[in-house]
Amino acid sequence: MDIRLDGIGHSYDGFEVMRDITLDIPNQQIICIVGPSGCGKSTLLRFIGGLERPQRGQVLQLGNPPKDCLNPLTYIFQDFALLPWRSVTGNISLVLEDHGIRGAAAREIITDVLARTKLTDFAKALPKQLSGGMKQRVAIARALAVKPAVMLMDEPLSALDSQTRELLMDDLVSLWSRQPFTAVYVTHNLAEAVRLGHKVVVLSRRPGQIREIVEIDKPLADREFGDADLDAYQKRLWNLMRDEARAADEELLHV
Amino acid sequence: MSETSEKAVTFRGGGFAPKPKAWIGVAVFVVLIAIAEWGTQSGWISPLTLPKPSDVLETFRQLYTSGLLFQHLGPSLARLAVGATFGVSIGIAVGVLIGLFSHIRSGLVPLVAAIFPIPKIALLPLFVIWFGIGEGSKYALIAFGTFTPTVVATYGAVDNVDRTLIRMGQSFGLSWWSIVRKIILPGAMPGILSGLRISLAIAIILLVAAEMLGAQYGIGAYILEAGSLYDLERLFAGVVILSLLGVIVSTVIGFIERRMLGWRS
Repeated sequence: MDIRLDGIGHSYDGFEVMRDITLDIPNQQIICIVGPSGCGKSTLLRFIGGLERPQRGQVLQLGNPPKDCLNPLTYIFQDFALLPWRSVTGNISLVLEDHGIRGAAAREIITDVLARTKLTDFAKALPKQLSGGMKQRVAIARALAVKPAVMLMDEPLSALDSQTRELLMDDLVSLWSRQPFTAVYVTHNLAEAVRLGHKVVVLSRRPGQIREIVEIDKPLADREFGDADLDAYQKRLWNLMRDEARAADEELLHV
Repeated sequence: MSETSEKAVTFRGGGFAPKPKAWIGVAVFVVLIAIAEWGTQSGWISPLTLPKPSDVLETFRQLYTSGLLFQHLGPSLARLAVGATFGVSIGIAVGVLIGLFSHIRSGLVPLVAAIFPIPKIALLPLFVIWFGIGEGSKYALIAFGTFTPTVVATYGAVDNVDRTLIRMGQSFGLSWWSIVRKIILPGAMPGILSGLRISLAIAIILLVAAEMLGAQYGIGAYILEAGSLYDLERLFAGVVILSLLGVIVSTVIGFIERRMLGWRS
């Protein structure tokens, strides 16, 4: 299943935040969206998953999601969004219960996703007992449990320290290598973008428009921390963004 | 540089973190009662000002041995239980509705604000006309008194449920009812329980008022009777029972909080 963004534009109270964004999200690719703060990248992600409605243009679903897919468009949030009163297992079963999956069927899925995210030993833990990295792993396991067609990741590693971030990036790469998934990955961190993105979409500052789409050919599994060619990509992205970021930083907030 | 002075850095952190110290609360009670006992014994507190704590205890003992204690306590506890159950459950239901629906919120919040400051005791004659001089008016008074604080606490608690959790529920395609039941209600539970502390204390206060009219037995009736006779020993014995009731209710809620809200960090 592909996603097409067709001329998306949006304003808040007559204040234009996004203009004419047209973008294809092909199957089994990770598309990273980067841009200065306030360019509307998180808003764009909410449009893609149907949590908010754009005023202009539309988000199109091309083709049908696979048969066993429970929730085609599935988010991973920056602040994890785990229910603090449910254990790791309970948080995952939450999203299965509404699909009528309980008991043995649910246990099978939960065991599988916990194993894939290396959380088997933490099945009974409450979120308050887990570190930030572990919490985000639980959120990833929860997303995997509903077999999404497209993962919508909203700065998933931004609340974590840099070492945990490296570990989780490795985990995401190995998850993708074993079973390629489609993802839209919003971040302000260029290192993440060049590690995980097949394409990196650079947005301009408000009103957000696509400035450039940078394709990175190197296979995900071969990318490593500190690769010289990735650094070159990162430098190129930063050169594209620097002036925009400075201008965005000096702007007054209209809230 | 040979004469560098050496001095420990002055500590200026710490504090602002009160911790429970188990026996100090009990000690305060003991000291206050001891002072009262000593004062009344030695005569610098006149018996008209304050009854002797030992006499109050004796009255209490008589109350217990004569079996009158349970004759008074039984009806009072029943009134508390029925009245508070009605008031709290309707209050939680209305509070959740106010927290969820714009129209209900706009319609009921001003109404609740208008009802809240009414001294419910003033409405007792009205309740007697509506629900009869028997148990009905007593249940109604306590229910009405616990209803308003419960509503306010509940809709405040629902408003404070983390919106990102609700968006998460929606993004996973949870039904509206699932979101209410599995995300909003548990998320509002801490606020609802702390509201319950206040509501139940108010219920105990209103118990005395409810038993002003048409009650032969009941702690409130007992206190009022003792009060009108200026029988301070019995008055104090009754007041001590109400205080104990308050402490028990608060302890029970504390226990429920520890059991149900262990997930809070």
